[in-house]
Amino acid sequence: MIEFADVHVRLGRRDVLRGITASLPERRVGVVGANGSGKSTLARLVNGLALPTSGSVTVLGMDTRRDGGRIRRGVGFLFTDPDAQIVMPTVAEDVAFSLRRKRLARAEVERRVGEVLARYGLADHADHPAHHLSGGQKQLLALCSIMVLEPDLLVMDEPTTLLDLRHSRQVAALLEEMPQQVLVVTHDLPLLAGFDRVLVLDEGRVVADGAPAEAVAHYRALMA
Amino acid sequence: MTGVHSLTGAYVPASSPLHRLPAGVKLAGLAAACSVLVLLRSPWALAGAAVVVAGLHALARVGVAAAWAQVRPVRWFAVVLFAMQFAFAGLDGAVTTTLRVVLAVALAGLVTLTTRVSDMMAALERCLSPVRFVGLDPLRLSLLLSLTVRSVPVVAELATRVREAQRARGVERSLRAFAVPLVVSSLRHADALGEALSARGLDD
Repeated sequence: MIEFADVHVRLGRRDVLRGITASLPERRVGVVGANGSGKSTLARLVNGLALPTSGSVTVLGMDTRRDGGRIRRGVGFLFTDPDAQIVMPTVAEDVAFSLRRKRLARAEVERRVGEVLARYGLADHADHPAHHLSGGQKQLLALCSIMVLEPDLLVMDEPTTLLDLRHSRQVAALLEEMPQQVLVVTHDLPLLAGFDRVLVLDEGRVVADGAPAEAVAHYRALMA
Repeated sequence: MTGVHSLTGAYVPASSPLHRLPAGVKLAGLAAACSVLVLLRSPWALAGAAVVVAGLHALARVGVAAAWAQVRPVRWFAVVLFAMQFAFAGLDGAVTTTLRVVLAVALAGLVTLTTRVSDMMAALERCLSPVRFVGLDPLRLSLLLSLTVRSVPVVAELATRVREAQRARGVERSLRAFAVPLVVSSLRHADALGEALSARGLDD
């Protein structure tokens, strides 16, 4: 459950978000909007990477301003550019890196890493250098590094922007299967088809909120 | 890209006895072996050491190509060193000094080829554990080192992109046109990486 209560975000002289109020209990929530509409800032608010200038954001029952660290342990965040998220030289090491703070036994780390790599089709690449993967495989690796922590909630900021059609479809199929609540910021309108709710942002405000078909139609009209 | 590759993607997965040795033991062994190399004086003793080093490579089953990739970056340095030593210290001096350097590099390379960076970092983290007493976090220090290693291919890739963009615009040789976008994109990458580390809970 994500709750925005009259959230304003001001960066320098610019009002990025202007009074967002929304309760989002749905399993699949999409956010669309033009470049600069504030949607990435909205995504960053959910795990406390950005904080509201006024108003509050409550995630998993905690306030992002007070409990940022605890919230980040429960919220996985997938960025647009996977290169910025890969920290270790090889695929398996990068996934294992996520588990370092948990201080698990080596065998348990290997078991969890092997399991998640197999689930996302990267088992054959476990010992490969991460920077040699294709863009799509890197995004899957970034996803593995998040999912190995079994987050309660997942936020994705334009996860398919840099992917080819095959990898975009793979991410869409994986989204379908995830049991967690997922909030996706995207320009990829077909990705939103099976979603429960879509918000349309324009100049920092929610201008449409509802089922994907109506919200996307509103967004298309806005962009015409 | 050989230098970059040897830093970041050199680990050759296998199940040899050398692969199974703990990273800390291998690092201590490397330090001890390099000290022994310095103490060996005759070319025959160093030739014997070369046989031992070759035997260790065979034991590790890393392959000739991977082993050569580790030594390759110092090949010209070795040639120049041999020539200089030959001129000033004679044949014996040239052989011993050059072999010492090449064997030390080969041994260090063997540690790299048989040890995952994460295992190396974990060993380092244990070595650094006393820094807790002065208020530092060993995990953060070892993370700093792994990020340094990881940054090499990233910056190399950014440099390639900047160079390609320059060529596309017909600017071939301008240091300023190369350095400014490289620094800006590196700083942007650092920002994004910091944010990604926070998102992965590494800021707690």
